[in-house]
Amino acid sequence: MIEVTQEIIGASLRIATPLALAALGELVTEKSGVLNLGVEGIMYGSAFVGIATAAQTGSLTTGLIAALVTGAAAGLIFAFLTVTLGVNQHVAGLGLTLFMISFSNSANRIMFTADGGQVSVDPWRPFNFGGPIFSQYWITYATFLIIVPLTWWLMRRSGLGLKIRAVGENPEAADVAGINVTKTRYTAILIGSLYMAAGGAFITLAFVGSFTINIINGRGWVALALVIFGRWKIGRLLAGAALFSLVNAGQLQLRLLPSFSDVPFEILLALPYLAVIVGLAVSGRNVPYPGAYLKPYKRH
Amino acid sequence: MKKSRIGKAVAALALAGFALAACGGNTGSDEATTDTAAGGSEVLSVVAAYSSAIEEPWDGVIHEALQELADAGEITYKYIDKIGYASGAFERTLRQIAEEDKPAIIMGDSFGNEESARKVALDYPGIAFVMGSGGGPAEPNFSVFDNWIHEPAYVSGVLAGSLTKTNILGIVGGIPVPEVNRIVNAFIAGAQSVNPNIQAKVNFINSWFDPAAAKEAALSQISAGADILFAERAGVIEAAAEKGLLVFGNQMDQKAISPEFVVTSNVWNMRPTVNYILDQVKAGSYTAQDLKDFSMVAKGGATLAEINTGVTGGVPADVVAKAQAVMDSIKSGVFRVDVNEGIPAGSVTK
Repeated sequence: MIEVTQEIIGASLRIATPLALAALGELVTEKSGVLNLGVEGIMYGSAFVGIATAAQTGSLTTGLIAALVTGAAAGLIFAFLTVTLGVNQHVAGLGLTLFMISFSNSANRIMFTADGGQVSVDPWRPFNFGGPIFSQYWITYATFLIIVPLTWWLMRRSGLGLKIRAVGENPEAADVAGINVTKTRYTAILIGSLYMAAGGAFITLAFVGSFTINIINGRGWVALALVIFGRWKIGRLLAGAALFSLVNAGQLQLRLLPSFSDVPFEILLALPYLAVIVGLAVSGRNVPYPGAYLKPYKRH
Repeated sequence: MKKSRIGKAVAALALAGFALAACGGNTGSDEATTDTAAGGSEVLSVVAAYSSAIEEPWDGVIHEALQELADAGEITYKYIDKIGYASGAFERTLRQIAEEDKPAIIMGDSFGNEESARKVALDYPGIAFVMGSGGGPAEPNFSVFDNWIHEPAYVSGVLAGSLTKTNILGIVGGIPVPEVNRIVNAFIAGAQSVNPNIQAKVNFINSWFDPAAAKEAALSQISAGADILFAERAGVIEAAAEKGLLVFGNQMDQKAISPEFVVTSNVWNMRPTVNYILDQVKAGSYTAQDLKDFSMVAKGGATLAEINTGVTGGVPADVVAKAQAVMDSIKSGVFRVDVNEGIPAGSVTK
């Protein structure tokens, strides 16, 4: 029993890694007043470019860098559209997602699957510090031990975090106070996109080691929901990711128990989503959206 | 003000257009050069219409067979994939192919698009429609095929049941449709035929593609004691390789993904089906029929990939011989593997 519990916790940390990275990236972005619906696409494109580069160069690190560059490029395009041009954020984000997914699938076919193959690499392996809980990929350790506290410090303690929150709540007032709204939002979108890219790259370069179409399979949308679940607070966001991942890992084990053998598997698969929805319904009322959410800023 | 608005519109349109262009159905084609080959024998034109992507292994097998024939100059081949299941999309595509390409044969997968495929076929009786389908054939020209690799799956099960030490097998499937269920059930039945203590742990990910979810499911089975895995879907071989366990592949020979751990794979081969159809059309004797037999072991449409005795720990010769004997009895028609299309439970014991 203790062993199974440890396995479940270990699995949840793995499942939570890409979700937490993408959701934290979305949180930083949304705190600046910009909703980035390109998260699914950025994860997808980075997952592909990361493994494609790693396969071509033989270096996982180069692959990760290429994934981050892809995320940054996608983030800059998105920032140009939404911040500089003031395009509708829903349209720009969904367009970015469609583009990144289709671009990756087309490139994947041209480069790898035309002859019936698939791209794969020898991925990063987990580091085992003892027991299933502490047998994780380095990106998982980095996410929870470095990136989470760093993001908390960035948003709550740093000057940049203050600026991001200011332009997200009231860009006019921030502008009057001498904060460059455009630059700050570009920065927030860029940081957020890098997080999302790391989340996507984790799946291909560490966890799976190969790419197939549909590789992200909605994890970006789950990350978006986690930001709302977390009410734009890092602690609550992580609690949401933990809840989703724990129930997910738990239902996989539940399915294998003879006593749950005949429960329709669809019900078990839906449990993590149900848990988050119930959590949202209980705690998600009167959600304090950032003041300038979805509002482009132009000096008048 | 006006100018910037136009700029925005243009930018948004450009992005949307880009995205649409990129996500529309991909097409590939081999130059339709001549209608007759050097030898004077007729080169038939085949156009395939796939609802899913050719990266999906089921469609990939059909694509591979047709592509090989095209490369050998025996047919001209063109395909459209990712047509999807939106209302009217498949019918429109089929009509367009029938009107513009006027091929001798249209192949594809009509799962989920059954009615529209059959409706179009009726309007073009001169074209042979050969579709992957769970339904029956329809006169005059609608033939059906499907993958029937439960026989090699049974033999894989014999191997797995002989090789396991914990008596627990882990199986991760995509969506429990009949095509998947009969493979999974046959694998379990094969294992239990040699080892009545077998306990099979079965997870479905409810998707055709999510290797991360499939791997996580496989890892949960390993922690529940499974020491041999069956990878109905992508992602499971990766879990086996990470944990150093033996694994069985599916649909095509997947040894290349992990030569140290993939024992063998249940392989579907569409060549017998396609060859038969080409012969029939050339002879002018094509009629609607169920092509099931051409996807089974007896006619070479289903095979077990060469057993990889080089896996970690090896495969004892008597186990290989046992599997070979079962395969031979299937081939000779002495033994028929049961077709069980019920959804397997999460934990199956005899």
